[in-house]
Amino acid sequence: MANLKELSKNPERLTGGHRLCAGCGAGIVARQALIAAGNVPVVVTSATGCLEVSTTIFPYTAWKNSFFHSAFENSAATCSGIETAYRSLKKQGKINEDIRFIAFGGDGGTYDIGLQSLSGAMERGHRMLYVCYNNEAYMNTGIQRSGATPKGAHTTTAPAGKVHQGKEQNKKDLTQIMIAHNIPYVAQAYVGNWNDFVTKVQKALAIDGPSFINILTPCRLGWNYKPEDTMSLARLAVDTCVWPSFEVENGIYKINVTPKEKKPVVEFLKPQGRFKHLFKPENAHILESIQKDVDEKWGLLQRRSAIGC
Amino acid sequence: MIKTVYSKGKLVAKTGNEVMAEAMRQIEPDVVAAYPITPATEIVQIFSQFVADGIVKSEYVAVESEHSAMSATIAASAAGARAMTGTSSQGLCLMWEMLYIASGLRLPIVMAEVNRAISAPINIHGDQSDTMGARDSGWIQIYSENSQEAYDNMIQATRIAEKAKLPTMVTTDGFIISHCMEVVELYPDVDVKAFVGEYKPERYLLDTKKPYTLGSIDLQDYYFEHRYQLAQAMRDSKDIILKVAKDFEKTFGRRYDLYEKYMLDDAEIAIVVIGSTAGTAKVVVQELREKGIKAGLVKMRVFRPFPADQLAKDLAHVKAVAVMDRADSCSGAYAPLYSDVVSSLFAAGAVTPKVVNYVYGLGGREINTAHISDVYKTLGKIASGAEESSTQVEYINVRKK
Repeated sequence: MANLKELSKNPERLTGGHRLCAGCGAGIVARQALIAAGNVPVVVTSATGCLEVSTTIFPYTAWKNSFFHSAFENSAATCSGIETAYRSLKKQGKINEDIRFIAFGGDGGTYDIGLQSLSGAMERGHRMLYVCYNNEAYMNTGIQRSGATPKGAHTTTAPAGKVHQGKEQNKKDLTQIMIAHNIPYVAQAYVGNWNDFVTKVQKALAIDGPSFINILTPCRLGWNYKPEDTMSLARLAVDTCVWPSFEVENGIYKINVTPKEKKPVVEFLKPQGRFKHLFKPENAHILESIQKDVDEKWGLLQRRSAIGC
Repeated sequence: MIKTVYSKGKLVAKTGNEVMAEAMRQIEPDVVAAYPITPATEIVQIFSQFVADGIVKSEYVAVESEHSAMSATIAASAAGARAMTGTSSQGLCLMWEMLYIASGLRLPIVMAEVNRAISAPINIHGDQSDTMGARDSGWIQIYSENSQEAYDNMIQATRIAEKAKLPTMVTTDGFIISHCMEVVELYPDVDVKAFVGEYKPERYLLDTKKPYTLGSIDLQDYYFEHRYQLAQAMRDSKDIILKVAKDFEKTFGRRYDLYEKYMLDDAEIAIVVIGSTAGTAKVVVQELREKGIKAGLVKMRVFRPFPADQLAKDLAHVKAVAVMDRADSCSGAYAPLYSDVVSSLFAAGAVTPKVVNYVYGLGGREINTAHISDVYKTLGKIASGAEESSTQVEYINVRKK
């Protein structure tokens, strides 16, 4: 468990003044991940996306550590290249200090266009942490459907209309795909629980190998809610078991946050404009199917956690 | 037949791919990230064996695609490493997005590129369509006539790239050079290392004392200046390439220029060509000269930056010129090399040469001395006024129906 007093002594490496929206979860994710890293130098890579464009408007930068971006689909390959350069230069005695490597990507850059690059980097075993700040759609380009968009959500490329009611498919279970890579550490986290996330980042960075954290990151624009509700909305995702907080360390499952009382899914869906159409009487069956999916997956996760794998 | 020109040189029988790998071994970059593709595979395959045997200090990243190969190479270079890769054809196509980023970020990456046709239809043999497609990507492009040149060009490319802060690709014709065994003079490791020197980047990501942001978003207020600087760096790199060539000649004895003039000074007819076909054309030029025909040749070595001013001066007196492209452009007009040659002549006000565009050898289609003799025959007729110069692209050795 992270200690707030100790964390407060760590340097702030994502400074204020960046252009992320009020209430944006991505800035919170990046800032907390870097605070979690402590005093060790970190090199950050990012996929093209909100986090990147809002923090690096030339000639300004919000990053106090080295930051590198090149394209959309390659944050993992990019981080792996820097990590390899580090190993090479260290081996030759040209660098002496320890440096850690964190790759950020949104869900578009991770679930979809960057999946191959991520899979390759994880399989190769680079010592790097990949953090997917998952806001469940292509928010930077204006809220288009991604593989992470949940069933029923309205997006601009899978909109709710007279015939279709938002996205008709389930979201891809990327966390399971990463678990299947048999890497030492995979976790799901969420904005709104700094201790859970910071602890996970610290665990991941301590591992001599690849690690992956999928953090649910509400987007006030894309999810269509009030900016001040970012934290509480992410917590509702956990309390409804839509997005369980769990980790898989060396193959062993552990649920990190168990809701005191499992709330119905509608409590998470209701405050969000993207699910508004689901509350029409004729769409009740969609709500039912979402609840059923959540229950099944939560049950499976509980069974896995109970037996450890 | 190649002879040693360097006192400590050693003649060996090696393929183009083998000597490119040898050059990489001697340069010993910090990082190589690559993905297999015919006919370039051998280069990185041989190099990865050097890594496996501990012969080089380099780290090898066996990435999962060429896109990631270029991404990881770019990242390693930005991190402060001397970074190299190799590819061909579809691999270069998959890198396309990243090629522009490598140059836009001014990273001195060196790439061994084996020229191969691009799909569709799929074809693994040699033509230059792949790198011609990357001609506006901000990469210096150095083409090789044979394995010796490929080896020498790789050694020079490292210095050129690092001085110009521009990524540089050295190419060979697929199979014709890459897989053909020739006698090549290799230089001792220590001398190559001394020539190449140590890489000392000004700014790099792993410099924890001076962390920095690279790959920022550039809006209307800066983007244009950065792209201008890139274009200017490409123009300025001509002098760097020539300076490195001079130094190379001084050290190892072989002379290089932006292009090679072969019997050009008094030529009335001439061919401009790139790569291994220049070797074939030289044989024809010799035969014609023996008959008293004033034939000449320009072999382009450096296609990017394009040596427009100098080339226009050197071709200005030639009555008829054939520009032979081993790539088509599907532009509806002319192929890449022709477009640049003619623009250069026109801009320089050179009105004497009649210039014809030939496209040849796509997908490894044979080009032999008979084909080239025919081109010179046509040039002779154009030069004497017996024939009009064609304004259409002429195709060599292709079935049109």
